[in-house]
Amino acid sequence: MQFKTSLRQNWLSNIRGDLLAGLVVALALIPEAIAFSIIAGVDPKIGLYASFCIAVVIAFTGGRPGMISAATGAMALVMVTLVKDHGLQYLLAATLLTGVLQIVAGWLRLGVLMRFVSRSVVTGFVNALAILIFMAQLPELIGAPWLVYAMVAAGLGIIYLFPLLTKAVPSPLVCIVVLTGVAMAMGLNIRTVGDMGQLPDSLPVFLLPDVPLNLQTLQIIFPYSLTLAVVGLLESMMTAAIVDDLTDTPSNKNRECVGQGVANIASGFLGGMAGCAMIGQSVINVKSGGRGRLSALAAGVFLLIMVVFLGQWVKQIPMAALVAVMVMVSIGTFSWESLKNLGKHPPSSSVVMVATVLVVVATHDLAKGVFVGVLLSGIFFAHKVGRVLRVDSESASEGRGRAYTVVGQVFFASADTFIASFDFKEVIESVRIDLSRAHFWDITAVNALDKVVMKFRREGAAVEIIGMSEASATLVDKFAVHHKPDAVERMMGH
Amino acid sequence: MNKVIACVDGAAYTANVCDYATWAAQRLAVPLEFLHVLDRHPERAPVTDYSGSIGLGTQESLLQELGALDEKRSTLAQRHGRELLDGLVARAKEAGLAAVESRQRHGSLVEALLDLEAESRLFVLGQHHHAEQGVKLHLDHNVERAIRSVQRPVLVARANYLEPKRFVIAFDGSPTGRKMVATVASSPLLKGLRCDVVMAGETTAEVQNQLAWARTSLLDAGFEVQASIEPGEPETALPNYLKVYSADLLVMGAYGHSRIRQLIVGSTTTTLLRTSPVPVLVHR
Repeated sequence: MQFKTSLRQNWLSNIRGDLLAGLVVALALIPEAIAFSIIAGVDPKIGLYASFCIAVVIAFTGGRPGMISAATGAMALVMVTLVKDHGLQYLLAATLLTGVLQIVAGWLRLGVLMRFVSRSVVTGFVNALAILIFMAQLPELIGAPWLVYAMVAAGLGIIYLFPLLTKAVPSPLVCIVVLTGVAMAMGLNIRTVGDMGQLPDSLPVFLLPDVPLNLQTLQIIFPYSLTLAVVGLLESMMTAAIVDDLTDTPSNKNRECVGQGVANIASGFLGGMAGCAMIGQSVINVKSGGRGRLSALAAGVFLLIMVVFLGQWVKQIPMAALVAVMVMVSIGTFSWESLKNLGKHPPSSSVVMVATVLVVVATHDLAKGVFVGVLLSGIFFAHKVGRVLRVDSESASEGRGRAYTVVGQVFFASADTFIASFDFKEVIESVRIDLSRAHFWDITAVNALDKVVMKFRREGAAVEIIGMSEASATLVDKFAVHHKPDAVERMMGH
Repeated sequence: MNKVIACVDGAAYTANVCDYATWAAQRLAVPLEFLHVLDRHPERAPVTDYSGSIGLGTQESLLQELGALDEKRSTLAQRHGRELLDGLVARAKEAGLAAVESRQRHGSLVEALLDLEAESRLFVLGQHHHAEQGVKLHLDHNVERAIRSVQRPVLVARANYLEPKRFVIAFDGSPTGRKMVATVASSPLLKGLRCDVVMAGETTAEVQNQLAWARTSLLDAGFEVQASIEPGEPETALPNYLKVYSADLLVMGAYGHSRIRQLIVGSTTTTLLRTSPVPVLVHR
C-alpha cells in the first residue's frame, strides 16, 4: 500500500507535466554537459553519459522529486587538474569514490549540517556558480571572429524574445535549431560541437576504471573525491531548498545525499563524470510544470535519445548556440535581487556573500568559498552575541567594597571585554561578583573569571562570587533547553 | 472525545453523507462534526510554460507566481468549503440535531482523518464513483485509503438517503468478524433495527456453529435476528441477499493484513464496497 501510494504520488500524479518538462530540461542539460566536459578536458560523451545516468538514477534514489541532477559545471571545475595530470581513468575512479563518500554522508545524516550555512552564504554560492558558468563560456568568445558574437547575440535574442510569441515551444530549442540551420545553410566556418571531441554513438556500457588498485591511487583521487562530494552535496542541498520553496513541498535531505552518491557510482561505472543537482535546470523544470520523479527520468531518457540517435545533427550545432543557452542558464541562476539587497542588508551579511563569491571565483572551488563564508558568518555571529554583555557595579560597605553585576553572554568572543569591565585600580577590601544573570558558554569564560578573581586577590581584595552554578549551566556540552518546559524562561530570566 | 465526523467535499452524495451522519449522531447521541479538507495537490503543476528560458529574477518571480496562484486557489476553496459547511450544519440542525460543528483542514483526507481519529467515534464518507453509474472497476481511492488507514468504523454513504430499518452483517467467522458482531451487539447505533447475519459459502458444521454463535450474541443483545448461509462467493451472494430482502445497510469487517495479497487479487472488502447497493459500515 505504501509502495502503491508513493508510486502514485511521486511518479504518476503529474505525468503530462513531467514528461513535457523533462523534454524542455533535456535541452538545457545538453549544452552544460558538453560545455563542461570540454572545460574538464574530456570528450563531450563523458559528460553526456554522466548526465543521462545521473538524471535517471536520481529519479529513483533522490529525496527531492522534481529536482534535476546531471553533469554540472561546479563539479567539472574541480576535476580539471585531475584529468590534466592523471587522465580519464582516474576521473572515473574519483567519481566512484565521490559516490561512496556521499552515501556515507547520507548515512551519517550530514544533511542537517546545512543549517550552519547561512542565507548569505547560499546567495554567495549561487552567484558564484552563475559567474563560473558564465566564465566557462569565455574561451569560446575571446578572440573569436565577430560572427560568433553575432550568433550568440542572435541566440540570446531568440531565447528571450521567442517566448513572447509562444510559450508552447522551448525557446532554447528554437535557438539551437535556427542557429544550426543558419550555420549549415550558409556554410559558416565556425566551431561546432563535432569539433570538440567524441560524441556518444551507442548506449553506455558498464566498465571498471582502468587504474591500479593501490594506496597511491587513493592518495591521488581522495582529495578530489572529497571536494567533489562536498561541492556536489552543497549544490544539491541548496537546489533542494529552492525546489522546496517553489513547490511548497518537503524533501528528504539525507535520502538525497545517498541518492546523489548512488547516481555518481552508477555514472562512474558507465564511463561518466561526477555530477550533482543543477539550480538553473531545476528552476526550468519547475517552471515548465515538472513536479514528480518522472520529470528527472524523462529528462535523462530524452537526453540520451537526442544525443545517440540525433548524433549526426548534434555534431553540426555551432558552439555559439550552446554558449547562448549557457549564458541564459547563468543569468537565470544569478540572484539579481542580492545586488539590490547589498545596500539594504547589514554589512556583515553582505561581506559574507561577497567573500563567498570572491573566494570561489579566485579558486574555482565552491567548497572553499562556502568554507570561508560559513567561517565568516560564524565569526560575525560570535562578535554580535559577544556584545550582549553588561557589567554594572556599585559601591558597597561604605566605599571599602564594590558589588559587580554581570548580565549577558560570556564566551571566547567577549572574554576580553569581560575582564576589562572590572576596575582593578580601585583600592577596596572586598569584591562581590553577581553572575546569576550571566551565561558562561565555554572554558575561555571560566578562565577569564579566574583571571579576574586572581587579579582582585593580588590587589588585596576578598572576592565573593554569587550565582556561579546558574551561570555555568550553559557550559556543559549537552546543554539543551528543551528538556524542561520552563528552562527557556529560567535561562532568559535568571 | 466522541464524535461522528462526516467528510464532505461538495460533490454528489454530500447531502446523503450529511443525512446518514445526522442519523448516526442521533442514534449514538454524540455531537456531529462536518469536516472539509482543502487538498492543494502540490504534486501537480498548476502552471505550464514550456518556453524553457530563465532570465533576470526568474526564480523570484516564479516563486511569487506559484505562491499567488496557490493563495488564490486556497482562498476560493476555503470560501467554497465554508459555504458548504454552513449549509450542512443548518441542514443537520433542521433535522433535530443540537450539537453540530464544522471544521476545515489543509492536507490530504487521510492525513486529516488520522489527525482527528482520537476525537472520533465514527467517520462518514461518500463515494464519488458509484456502482450504479457503471464505474464498477474503480473504487474511489480516497475512500479506500481512508478505510485502510483509520482504526475507527467508517460508514460509506450511498445515493438516496433511506433511514436504515434492516441491516445485514457479513460474517465470516474470523476473530475480526466475531469482534464486529460483539461491537454491533453492544453499540446503540443499530439498536432496534432488524438484523440479518449472513455467511457466504458452503454449509458445514463449523459454519453452522459460527453462525449460531453470532445469532445468539445478537439475540441476547435484543436484536430481531435472521441467520442464513448463502452459497457462493461473498462478492456476489451478499449484494443479492441485500436486494432480495431489501436491507438498507451492510455491516462488514475491514481489510485483512496481507497487503501483498490485496495488491494482487484485491480484497472482498473493496469489491463489496464497489458493488453494494446500500451504504456499508466498515469495522476494523
